[in-house]
Amino acid sequence: MNSKAAEKQELQSHTGTSPAVETEGTRNRKIYLPRVDILETGDAIVLIADMPGVDEHSVTITLEKNVLTLTGEPEIEHFKGYNLALAEYDVGDYQRSFSLSDQIDGGKIDASVKNGVLRVTLPKAEPAKARKINVKAA
Amino acid sequence: MFWPAFREMRRIGSPWFEMERLQREMDRLFSGASLPFAQNFPALNLWTSEKDVIVTAEIPGIDPESLDISVLDETLTLSGTRTLEELKEGETYHRQERGHGRFTRTLVLPFKVNANKVTAVYERGVLNVTLPRAEEDKPKKIKVKSE
Repeated sequence: MNSKAAEKQELQSHTGTSPAVETEGTRNRKIYLPRVDILETGDAIVLIADMPGVDEHSVTITLEKNVLTLTGEPEIEHFKGYNLALAEYDVGDYQRSFSLSDQIDGGKIDASVKNGVLRVTLPKAEPAKARKINVKAA
Repeated sequence: MFWPAFREMRRIGSPWFEMERLQREMDRLFSGASLPFAQNFPALNLWTSEKDVIVTAEIPGIDPESLDISVLDETLTLSGTRTLEELKEGETYHRQERGHGRFTRTLVLPFKVNANKVTAVYERGVLNVTLPRAEEDKPKKIKVKSE
């Protein structure tokens, strides 16, 4: 019974949507979570996010206290003199945060955007890199 | 003692109806998942005016060369492939949410279009296809004479 309660509490803290700092945009626009792939290479963590409509001027990446936040603000799609006859998607801002470990070198983060896909390279800090140890014969 | 409760149950309605609805929903979900391509990708918006129609689609991260757009009378077909990042030796995925693979969407336009004058622009991961309305299909204004 006790363990179940603890489990429930843990689950709640995991799924709780409130990040460390809860923020709200000043503009009245919808905020979408971009879909993200994260892969680990030998010396970096690479984060790839789908943000259609975003270019290098409308995306911001901030790192604060190990929380990496990606924000994209695409232009709202509107054609003057046209009626929207079918709407399967809506354009809004993108925002998503990830907590990083201390093993990331925050000063060397590199980002690029191409065809609406944001690519952030987070280089691992020196001690986190795997080192090869040579074994000497005694 | 037994009967009032039983009557209560009947008033709620058939539980089978709910079950069947759920079953249908599940069937629909899983049949889509087993297809080799995404059914609802990319999402489309359609803007119309009297003289043309603009179709926009959010397709981030594809090579515009691989995109195939074809028009036949009133039917527009978009197809292409979104490729997955190829992993090198020693690389692993922590998280994989972005879709990949082949996609096809077919859309019936509200009117016939002039297939020779269709233009398409792919920018920032968004595709814009402008399809002018066919000359013979344009609405004609009829003047009302008064005598």
